[in-house]
Amino acid sequence: MTISYRHSLISVMLGTSLLLTACGGNAATGKPAAQENKAAEGGAKPAAAAVVTPELKAAVDQYRKFVIAQSDEFVKATDAFTKAVKAGDIETAKKLYGPSRMYYERIEPIAEALGDFDPWIDAREGDVPDNEWRGFHRLEKALWETKSAAGQEKVADQLLQDVKQLRVKVESVEIAPEMLVTGAVELLNEVSNGKVTGEEERYSHTDLYDFAANVEGAKEIFTVLKPVLEKKNAALAGEIDTRFTELDKELAPFRKDKDFVPYTELSKEQTKKLSQAIDALAEPLSKMGTIVEG
Amino acid sequence: MGDSENKSFLQKPLSRRDALKLAGAGGIGLLLGAGGVKGLAMGQNLMTKSTASASDKGIVPFYGKHQAGIVTPAQDFICMGAFDFTAGDIAAVRELFKSWTEAAARMAQGQGVGEETGNALLPPQDTGEAMGLAAVRTTITFGLGASFFDGRFGLAGKRPPGFVDMPRFKGDDLRSEWSGGDVVVQACADDPQVAFHAIRNLVRIARGKAVLRWMQEGFQRTGAADPKGATPRNLLGFKDGTNNPNVQDPQVADEVVWAKGTDGAEWMDGGTYMVMRRIRMRIEVWDRTTLGEQEATFGRSRDSGAPLGQKNEFDPLDFDKKDESGKPMIPANSHVALAHMDGKVKIWRRGYSYSNGIDMKTGQIDAGLLFICFNRDPRNQFIPMQQKLAAQDKLNEYIVHVGSGLYACLPGAKQGGYIGDTLF
Repeated sequence: MTISYRHSLISVMLGTSLLLTACGGNAATGKPAAQENKAAEGGAKPAAAAVVTPELKAAVDQYRKFVIAQSDEFVKATDAFTKAVKAGDIETAKKLYGPSRMYYERIEPIAEALGDFDPWIDAREGDVPDNEWRGFHRLEKALWETKSAAGQEKVADQLLQDVKQLRVKVESVEIAPEMLVTGAVELLNEVSNGKVTGEEERYSHTDLYDFAANVEGAKEIFTVLKPVLEKKNAALAGEIDTRFTELDKELAPFRKDKDFVPYTELSKEQTKKLSQAIDALAEPLSKMGTIVEG
Repeated sequence: MGDSENKSFLQKPLSRRDALKLAGAGGIGLLLGAGGVKGLAMGQNLMTKSTASASDKGIVPFYGKHQAGIVTPAQDFICMGAFDFTAGDIAAVRELFKSWTEAAARMAQGQGVGEETGNALLPPQDTGEAMGLAAVRTTITFGLGASFFDGRFGLAGKRPPGFVDMPRFKGDDLRSEWSGGDVVVQACADDPQVAFHAIRNLVRIARGKAVLRWMQEGFQRTGAADPKGATPRNLLGFKDGTNNPNVQDPQVADEVVWAKGTDGAEWMDGGTYMVMRRIRMRIEVWDRTTLGEQEATFGRSRDSGAPLGQKNEFDPLDFDKKDESGKPMIPANSHVALAHMDGKVKIWRRGYSYSNGIDMKTGQIDAGLLFICFNRDPRNQFIPMQQKLAAQDKLNEYIVHVGSGLYACLPGAKQGGYIGDTLF
């Protein structure tokens, strides 16, 4: 969950529903004035005139398949998680919490762009008025802080319903190449802002699940764009590959099969190294926009 | 053109640009007559004195035999960062230094770090906060830490004999987060935003190859507040640097600052050794210390900066002069008495004050001196001097050394070359 998403280029681009794919529309137009991305103003040429080559279109199609597959898994995982909550099986619910969220974290920019899903599914306490607070983090608080699932049935039902609705919506979402380019960095920014600081999962301390999932989401975007990027700038593609590998290496000690150690087990020095590895990756990744140049 | 107009025109000091225009129009010598050449030279002098930065846009040449920012007269602000390499191979180091050199040379000219493409889907190459700002004498100076010569880059055998490990000095309370680093970069400018911009962009360029270990901003009084350029004062209120050697004299610089190839490492010819000490001042304690005690601590008068027993700042230190009770006017354990080193040892100091807000643990001000000095050979200069000061200096009651670094500042680069090309 991020506060800044409301202003992000991506959400605006997707939220205004996307003239971009087919007509080569303009990122600097069609945006609500109050939400304009400042970087796109002034001297810079608008992102416009992005030529959607067959290769780029193939990349987008491949990515859409990924998003839908993740959403399918997300529904299944949320179903199992909410069932455990409703059954009062706290131990099982706690075990399922971190992994089930990963499907969402991998496709977060898409979910964020689809209206209110992000606040419904992923708001933390204080992000929304208390009486509107629902979703994963509300259950997280019940499981880890209150240590009781009693009275959470409605929240659990609502969450599953929201996730199912998200699954329906992603089917029809149109994805512009520009969105992919910025979405990958956006995912890593999520890590920089909330996950590597341990703020996302304040009760469960499962931040490293989110961390890894955001990185995997960014990697998927890079993977679908890689053939295009390699033609345009092979050195950049190579550098990004290297940085992904390095980040995986940094993350490896905290992995236990499919699980991760609690964030609270990280030393300050380890947190710093992870954060620096994210910065080292996000910097070259932010230069992928070069592929959309005419 | 009437006579009076003509006269006033000729009397107006010529800026360099005006002079060039005139030269283009018909020859400066012609206009100014027999004294033309002299007149032009005087015009330039005038401009250098009054508005140096306006006339030459405040550009300190980046390329040269020596790196800029060493004997360059101190700018008003500093931003300094130390880096640790995350990439372990020398090829990555070389690549980074090439990119850094290119960016630094551009920034010294007051330009952004690269040509912008205008692609709205790309982050700009330059971070932008120095756009439209003058070069304001930006200098960017690179130095290698001792850790650079460990096993990683295959350069262990190239470590110069003069580049010793800094000994532990009495009273040191060093923190690793304020010490060392594989590389240090000193960015100085007459504007704090320009100095910060320089380090920030180098940090960005380094991503994936090197990470920041520590970073410290610092300041002196500005030229606006002190147009005469008097000796700056440190945060204890005393003039700091009165006895600094005149390194504008190349002979003095050669003696005090520049390492020679024959000193033990050919690649260091034209380089120098930089010492950085982050010295926290016990501001609150100092502020309740009497004037007499403060002056005895430094050995100088606070107001004029004169040695105790003398009248003017630059009067010679007279350690034999006694007061009525027969005690030396300048106490033997005062800062100037000890730092004087019998006049035999000299270092070139180029320090800045720093303030990092408050120490959250105590609520006290976290401020002090970012002490920087340059030596041809620290074994004979800074180290013995600091050993003496650490053991006896009366000032130690009011300061504590919390950070430390010794760095081999590489020779300057030629246009087309890069910083470090004599070594790697």
